Amino acid sequence: MNHIISIEDLVFEYEREEKLEPIKALDHVSIKIDKGSFTAIIGSNGSGKSTLAKNINALLLPSSGVVYVKGFDTKDETKLWEIRQTAGMVFQNPDNQLVSSIVEDDVAFGPENLGIEPTEIRRRVDASLYAVNMYEERRKAPHLLSGGQKQRIAIAGVIAMKPECIILDEPTAMLDPQGRQEVMEIIEKLHNEGITVLLITHFMEEAARAERVIIMDEGHVAFDGTPAEVFANAKKIKALGLDVPFTVEIADRLRSRGIDIPKDIISMEEMVDYIACRFK
Amino acid sequence: MIRDITLGQYYPGDSWFHRLDARVKIIWTFIYIVSLFLIRDFWGYVIVLVTLALIIGISRVPLNFILKGLKPIFLIIIFTFVINMFMTKGTPLIEIGFLTITKEGLRNAFFMGTRLVLLIIGSSILTLITKPIQLTDGIEKLLSPLQKFGLPSHELAMMMTIALRFIPTLLEETDKIMKAQMARGADFESGNIMRRAKSLIPLLVPLFISAFRIAQDLAMAMEARCYRGGSHRTRMNGMRLRKRDGVAALLIILYLTLIIVQAQGILSLLMMSVIQLIQAA
Ligand SMILES: Nc1ncnc2c1ncn2[C@@H]1O[C@H](COP(=O)(O)OP(=O)(O)O)[C@@H](O)[C@H]1O
Ligand SMILES: [Mg+2]
Repeated sequence: MNHIISIEDLVFEYEREEKLEPIKALDHVSIKIDKGSFTAIIGSNGSGKSTLAKNINALLLPSSGVVYVKGFDTKDETKLWEIRQTAGMVFQNPDNQLVSSIVEDDVAFGPENLGIEPTEIRRRVDASLYAVNMYEERRKAPHLLSGGQKQRIAIAGVIAMKPECIILDEPTAMLDPQGRQEVMEIIEKLHNEGITVLLITHFMEEAARAERVIIMDEGHVAFDGTPAEVFANAKKIKALGLDVPFTVEIADRLRSRGIDIPKDIISMEEMVDYIACRFK
Repeated sequence: MIRDITLGQYYPGDSWFHRLDARVKIIWTFIYIVSLFLIRDFWGYVIVLVTLALIIGISRVPLNFILKGLKPIFLIIIFTFVINMFMTKGTPLIEIGFLTITKEGLRNAFFMGTRLVLLIIGSSILTLITKPIQLTDGIEKLLSPLQKFGLPSHELAMMMTIALRFIPTLLEETDKIMKAQMARGADFESGNIMRRAKSLIPLLVPLFISAFRIAQDLAMAMEARCYRGGSHRTRMNGMRLRKRDGVAALLIILYLTLIIVQAQGILSLLMMSVIQLIQAA
């Protein structure tokens, strides 16, 4: 089984008061996520990204269609805790997801809920704090930390549960550039260690660092492919109210002036290298 | 101003008192508070002050950190003091217009004021030297016998954990909203009490909304981290009574004995005779 997450024809509707129509937030979405892959999901506000993430974590259950996590149907209540342990989730607001007033106790919260042995919890908490470079701050109170640090604690709290997959819902949206960089480095490190990463973001530069980009629009998948493939549709993407990465934008403008830049150049480094080689 | 509140804060450390079992410290604090109301005279306060000084000294919590916690209730202390000073009947000492300060009033004012200060200091020490998680775990353990009678001890403890965690966040939020309102010309400082209370409404409404939003987010985050009540949970730092907790229990008993003895007036008699002896010598 190579697909850690398998979403099949998922429809999700938010119920509203009696007389009002339900809001269709996801409209026949099918996505398969490979084990160990790094996928970015982008899309304008209200396109259904958060709803999708919550469906994977069984925080929301499909109105129709099925979501499988590690082969378990999210509707299967007996597997609920296994599903949530497999697919950990990090949310946007760094303040509103930490439970305890001491960093290390917060990281222990997940493993404690799983009923793990105290010595093993200790080991996992220390390892997770090292993994996000926050071991020195383990005794501090979260409200004294920066946004980036808080978000790294939230990530540590998830990896202490030994998930196979991490879903991050705009984890950098409320951070300054420095905090964003810190969090992105941790995310890439986790991916390199074999954890499946699903990163929801509205920063195109972050999306360009993934192996696969999915663009959501009004509850369905608009584009799905490698960053190079997806960002090749710059015009259509802009029509959806999104930007493209800065490099893609530049490449586009250079092309329109007759300088031929290969389509697979996405990152700033690749671009610099290419131009340096060509115009030496 | 709002950030000065130290009640409920933890001062990290590794002292003998920090390492005591939270349950012992909770019971101690309870006994301490009761003892404040048993005290009858000056010598009782000497016992309390010496005990507090020992605890503060050994746990190495800076004194000014503790005193800072008194700032927000400074007005209440003054109020208590003044009310007691003027409102107690007895032998007049000084008369200012229609107000009379009596000997008993002065004594009462001193006692009540001191009691209030000692009460706050004593209970803030509990949270200063106990990790919040241990504090709430301790309360959960102490209350767990009452579970049989339907008391949700785990839920109560979890609520306290979350309250302690979010007090600073909500204070920051209040600060932020206040500044935002002030930037638009809101005035929280002037006018009579009614006007000031009214000016708080535009502060409280957004604060409530933001508290609800936090609660919603947090509930979601806790569920995502497999929280399902107390029944399946283990703890990273389980609680175990050690030798030092036994020692602490003995010290608490000693303290309580001293207080009861002095409440009976025996201690002051004893001290008096010692002083007389010294003077005679
Ligand atoms: N709790 C909710 N109740 C009702 N409608 C909601 C709720 N959450 C989101 N929606 C609606 O569902 C749609 C998708 O929202 P969301 O998944 O949050 O999008 P995104 O995360 O991409 O911004 C939006 O139209 C939004 O208004
Ligand atoms: Mg969202």
